[in-house]
Amino acid sequence: MIDAVIIDHAFILAGILFCLGLAGVLVRRNLVFVLISLEVMLNAAGLAFIAAGSAWGQPEGQIMFLAVVTLGAAEVAVGLGLTLLLFRRFNSVDIDQLNQLKG
Amino acid sequence: MNLLWLIPTLPFLGFTILVLSSGRMSRERARIVGVGSVALAFLATIYIATQYYAAAAHGLDHGAGFTVSLWPWITAGSLNLNFSLYLDGLSLSMLFVITGVGALIHLYASGYMWDDPDYTRFFTYMNLFVAAMLMLVLADNLVLMFLGWEGVGLCSFLLIGFWYKDPKNGYAARKAFVVTRAGDTAFAIGLFLLFRELGSLEIQEILHLAPENFEMGGNMPTLISALLLGGAVGKSAQIPLQTWLPDAMAGPTPVSALIHAATMVTAGVYLIARCHPVFLLSPIAMTMVASIGLITLLVAGFTALNQWDIKRVLAYSTMSQIGYMFLALGVEAWDSSIFHLMTHAIFKALLFLTAGSIILAMHHEQDIRKMGGLRKQLPVPFWCFLIGSACLIALPPTSGFWSKEPILLAAWEADPIFWYGAVFGAFLTAVYTTRLMLLVFFGTPEGGIPKTHEPKGWQLHPPLIILAGLSLVAGLFNLPAADVLPHAHEHHPPLWVEITGILLPVVGIFIGWQVFLKGRWQALRMESPAFDGLRKFLASGWGFDWLYDILLVKPFMALAKANRNDIVDLVPKAVVVASSQCYYFFSRGQNGQLRFYVATMAAAAIMIISLALFT
Amino acid sequence: MTAAFIYSLMFYFTAAIAVLATLLMITRHNAVHALLYLIISSLSMAIIFYLLGAPFAAVLEVIIYAGAVMILFVFVVMMLNLGHKSVEQEAAWLPAKGWIVPSVLAALLLIVLIAGLGEPENLRGVHLVGVKEVGISLFGPYLLVVELASFLLMAGLVGAYHLARQTTPTPKFDDSGTSTSKTQGDEA
Repeated sequence: MIDAVIIDHAFILAGILFCLGLAGVLVRRNLVFVLISLEVMLNAAGLAFIAAGSAWGQPEGQIMFLAVVTLGAAEVAVGLGLTLLLFRRFNSVDIDQLNQLKG
Repeated sequence: MNLLWLIPTLPFLGFTILVLSSGRMSRERARIVGVGSVALAFLATIYIATQYYAAAAHGLDHGAGFTVSLWPWITAGSLNLNFSLYLDGLSLSMLFVITGVGALIHLYASGYMWDDPDYTRFFTYMNLFVAAMLMLVLADNLVLMFLGWEGVGLCSFLLIGFWYKDPKNGYAARKAFVVTRAGDTAFAIGLFLLFRELGSLEIQEILHLAPENFEMGGNMPTLISALLLGGAVGKSAQIPLQTWLPDAMAGPTPVSALIHAATMVTAGVYLIARCHPVFLLSPIAMTMVASIGLITLLVAGFTALNQWDIKRVLAYSTMSQIGYMFLALGVEAWDSSIFHLMTHAIFKALLFLTAGSIILAMHHEQDIRKMGGLRKQLPVPFWCFLIGSACLIALPPTSGFWSKEPILLAAWEADPIFWYGAVFGAFLTAVYTTRLMLLVFFGTPEGGIPKTHEPKGWQLHPPLIILAGLSLVAGLFNLPAADVLPHAHEHHPPLWVEITGILLPVVGIFIGWQVFLKGRWQALRMESPAFDGLRKFLASGWGFDWLYDILLVKPFMALAKANRNDIVDLVPKAVVVASSQCYYFFSRGQNGQLRFYVATMAAAAIMIISLALFT
Repeated sequence: MTAAFIYSLMFYFTAAIAVLATLLMITRHNAVHALLYLIISSLSMAIIFYLLGAPFAAVLEVIIYAGAVMILFVFVVMMLNLGHKSVEQEAAWLPAKGWIVPSVLAALLLIVLIAGLGEPENLRGVHLVGVKEVGISLFGPYLLVVELASFLLMAGLVGAYHLARQTTPTPKFDDSGTSTSKTQGDEA
């Protein structure tokens, strides 16, 4: 065990990455970039889990990380499939076009 | 006495049956229901009267009455009212008038209105009116009386505007309703004050509590009496709320006979007679009552001289005679007032019904300038009108004489001014009645004597004959109300006063005969253009309509026009506008943009986390 | 130079690289560049995981994230032709004004999250959790996680296949009005 006070900083790092990913989701109009930013957010959440598992010395952190990664992979697969559909339909990957549910 | 409730219920039952039949009933059946209900009520009245007199013979207290409590009505806080009826001599007198004269008028109307397509509706309203009027006179508490009061006001509106397709009739009906409403408001405020001061609204209780709680001549009894007087003035068409009565002649003639001669307009007199202990506590109020009566009888008398419509002459005549009743009340001649009420009901109904026969015979022509010399063609109406006019002029030995003379004598006792005015009013009555009589039945109008046709229907003549007979002999009856009202003082006026009172009407007849038949003293007729303004002023009822139009109607209409968009409505509208604005605001948040939704999610997450952390 | 010091140095250095890479990633106009930065970010995350005593997670990150997921992205970028051909479009879609609100929201969230961390508690060391421990845990109490993960992946597989399938010619929406349907397996 290494006694440096790192775990809190790992959490802070996770927070920073999460917020960066959020900013990416909010600001980009290209659906692919949105998915990429979403990946970053998932990554950050995984980091938080790992850090917590490390702090407690239990494997549950990594198991949760496994679940998170699986989730991310499946979501990316489906999301990219939808991106392809979007592109075929509108010939562009602008998500601002998908506003037919407004009102 | 347990069957007292039958009397107002029978006409109400008639009303219910006719309403529920909704026009499907044949005219014969409607006639049976409509006339029969009131006739049965009259028989019930006779039965109740026999019971009353039997009880009186067994030593009943003078002036006491029977209370029949039907069911508890209003219970609110300290206010406990029952739906209860009260019978004493005064209400018994009124019952006879309403059911007796009413039944005869209903019988006449069943023949008069035979050709009208709205036959059933007419009797529906008439029955409802009789029921409401009976409730008014039988009420044991003032709120129930107010119920009847409003009921007769409503039926008056419905019946004046019976031929509603002509907007003039609707206007007249509205005018009647609104003007009496002003009086009703005063009445209601008077009720509130009575309840606040005395804690009860039962009439007998009030009459006992009033002398104990109020001081003689105090402010409160004066105020309450003035307010009750306001209500009476509205219903009885006295100055200043008299403008509706002449226009109310737009309704069918039986309506004018029943409502505006015999019953509704006497409700005010009944109210004051009923509440006389309150009025006695305030000499100012008594003077007001007498003065209003005096002024009205003079104004109406002058106006009746200038009318060309036969029904309007009779309307102003009614106004004038009720002025006599108010005058009598004001000089504490209570029983004379009620007696005059009864005799007036009989002979005024007679006059109106006869006028109806004339109008029918003249093919619905009401202008007396077009009539003349009708006595040969219409004998029964002629003799009935003659008898009715004699009563109106108060010629001895008709009933009108026996009821009007005590009023004149009591007026002399109170204040000679009242007597001078009343006697001059009697003179005017004689003049305009003679004028009416002569112009209709004697002489020859331009264009020759008009052709009349005898109206069909056996119902038209018998009521006239019965009423004529009654008006001749009614002077001999003793008034059942005499025990309820305080006795007037014995009158001992000087002889010349009595003689003048009897002779002046005769002088009036003579003058009328000379001017209107013989054509002498034409200057008295004041038909030269110099007198145009004066004649217009008098003929329009001394300009009250014009005055009210300027003072009240026009400003109100201007106000209503300014408030076209209804400022008060802005309050509920504000609610609607606010909610729709909120709707628009929130619906802009559903723009379908994914990034906007993510942003709102992030913002919500921030808020929730900070809420969880910092509270 | 104690081990702790080197350790901390490495940790902060890698963390800085991760943050910088992510920052650069979200601001790129070229999709391929962004993906490359994402790979760097993932690799630095893997190092951090290793430093935090989770070697299994580190390897997992490299294989799955930096490997499979990125390849997936690259394929799609290829198919959609989002390379340097669409740089102008991306630049047009990223005006400077557009950064204000997201930055503010992200900053607020960061502040709130960090404020929520509170006082550091007793357990503040880094424990090494080896692969063996994780494996035993996975085959033992958390067997269902594995099964669920496989369900999820199956669903993702089927869904992705179905969505991206082209069977009938779908006309493209372009202004010319001509329907150029370049699809596989369509009949005339």
